[in-house]
Amino acid sequence: MRRALVAGLFFLLLLGGWEALSRSGLWSAVILPPPGAVARYLWGGLRDGSLAEAALVTGRRLAAGYLLGAAVGLPLGFLTAKSRTASDTVGVLALGLQTLPSVCWAPLAILWFGQTETAVLFVVVMGTVWSIALATDGGVRGVPPIFGRAARTMGSRGLHTMLRVTLPASLPVVVSGMKQGWAFAWRSLMAAEIFVTILTGFGLGHLLHYGRELHAMDQVLGVMIVVVAVGLLVDRAVFGPAERWLRRRWGAEGR
Amino acid sequence: MSKSFPSDKGPVLALDRVSLEVAEGEFVCLVGPSGCGKTTLLNIVAGLDRPDAGEVLADGGPVRGPGADRMVMFQESALFPWLDAMGNVEFGLGLKPGLDRRTRRDYAHYYLRMVGLERFRHAAVHELSGGMKQRVALARALAPEPRVLLMDEPFASLDALTREQFYGDLQRIWRQHRRTILLVTHNVREAACLGDRVVLLSPHPGRIREEFRVDLPRPRDFHGVELARHSGEIMAALRGHLESPPAEGAE
Ligand SMILES: Nc1ncnc2c1ncn2[C@@H]1O[C@H](COP(=O)(O)OP(=O)(O)OP(=O)(O)O)[C@@H](O)[C@H]1O
Ligand SMILES: [Mg+2]
Repeated sequence: MRRALVAGLFFLLLLGGWEALSRSGLWSAVILPPPGAVARYLWGGLRDGSLAEAALVTGRRLAAGYLLGAAVGLPLGFLTAKSRTASDTVGVLALGLQTLPSVCWAPLAILWFGQTETAVLFVVVMGTVWSIALATDGGVRGVPPIFGRAARTMGSRGLHTMLRVTLPASLPVVVSGMKQGWAFAWRSLMAAEIFVTILTGFGLGHLLHYGRELHAMDQVLGVMIVVVAVGLLVDRAVFGPAERWLRRRWGAEGR
Repeated sequence: MSKSFPSDKGPVLALDRVSLEVAEGEFVCLVGPSGCGKTTLLNIVAGLDRPDAGEVLADGGPVRGPGADRMVMFQESALFPWLDAMGNVEFGLGLKPGLDRRTRRDYAHYYLRMVGLERFRHAAVHELSGGMKQRVALARALAPEPRVLLMDEPFASLDALTREQFYGDLQRIWRQHRRTILLVTHNVREAACLGDRVVLLSPHPGRIREEFRVDLPRPRDFHGVELARHSGEIMAALRGHLESPPAEGAE
């Protein structure tokens, strides 16, 4: 209760500071619209459904890109952790590509796939897959060997060991990797939507982009708030419970 | 058998021509100072490591790898933190062919009750105390009903009180379910309290130096006079062996 109060107060202060700043006349209302204007935009966007629609389009792309990235990244991480050859080849590649900001894929994606959904998907997957692979690799390597030995004495082998021992044992690290991967996917998608102006769907990134083109700062700020809110929501709704479960199971020593 | 490990200063002979015979249902304790190859020996018997020379025979056949007939209780806690107490005990049972879910649960219940932890069957591993963890580990090792139980200093991390309680429990369990047990410890009195036979090892290179039979009736009192006499005798022998390095070839 107290925590909610403190948090509420903090955000109220933030809003108040913003309001004061926009009233001070230091910047024109075109550049820094007051909170009220942004709220009006948000309300309008909610009423006419344009925001929800954009969020839906973006969410669909995000889900597709993230799931694909995870579906490739998880096994890839397993592979590089278990095979010396894979680690020396794909592992190094992953390490290199992870440092590449995913926006850098946008020009290539546009050349290869044109202004299409595929181009967006490509950028998101490229932004996600390497960080998830590296996290999984680290998680699997960090599994104490004693678990594998104990499992072997109980008759566990091969695939059984992999699925019933290595995978759950690496879970704390893998989950934090998945969370990091989600952050990367979200960033990549916003970058992709700003660069790849496709007509098959109008995402949040596009709203942001056109807000800028039209000098509609209330729209820009409004969409930014929505982007932050979606990010927070997913963090709380998806990763929060997973992390709580891990903490309950592993205890404080959970990595 | 023999086993050496590479190190910076040349190979370390962890086990040098060690030979040991254990009868069905016998409780044998391996005693020796740190680094004399006790864990190495146990790992080889478990099939987790291979000897450089020699072999392990079980029922006349060579041991080629780990098997469910030989369960291990490790020196450090090897419980799986992603499973609760019950899940840990059931893990090995799930790998035993021909057990349905019901039977597995019944077995797991039975063995958790045996170590006195039935109430904690849904506890997460980190919620258990050190002693309780070792009890779950014991239940996990016993549940698949192996013929041989290999225990590597199972009481090392426990306080004296919990440990002594454990000695009583282990003796009771062993009398109920006669298993062949190979237990490693560096506590001489513990070895005399539990074992039918106490085998002394000395390090550099790891060798078996002497064996003692302990023919006291069970359950044995850890503080009993008879036990003290036995452990005193073994302790003196151990000291002697540590002071005099083994004569080459003489064994
Ligand atoms: N994996 C390994 N690699 C290199 N050397 C090893 C390895 N395992 C054991 N050794 C060496 O072999 C010797 C015997 O080790 P072992 O672990 O069997 O001793 P121990 O009797 O179990 O000791 P402790 O009572 O401390 O557990 C030691 O000198 C150790 O340094
Ligand atoms: Mg040891």
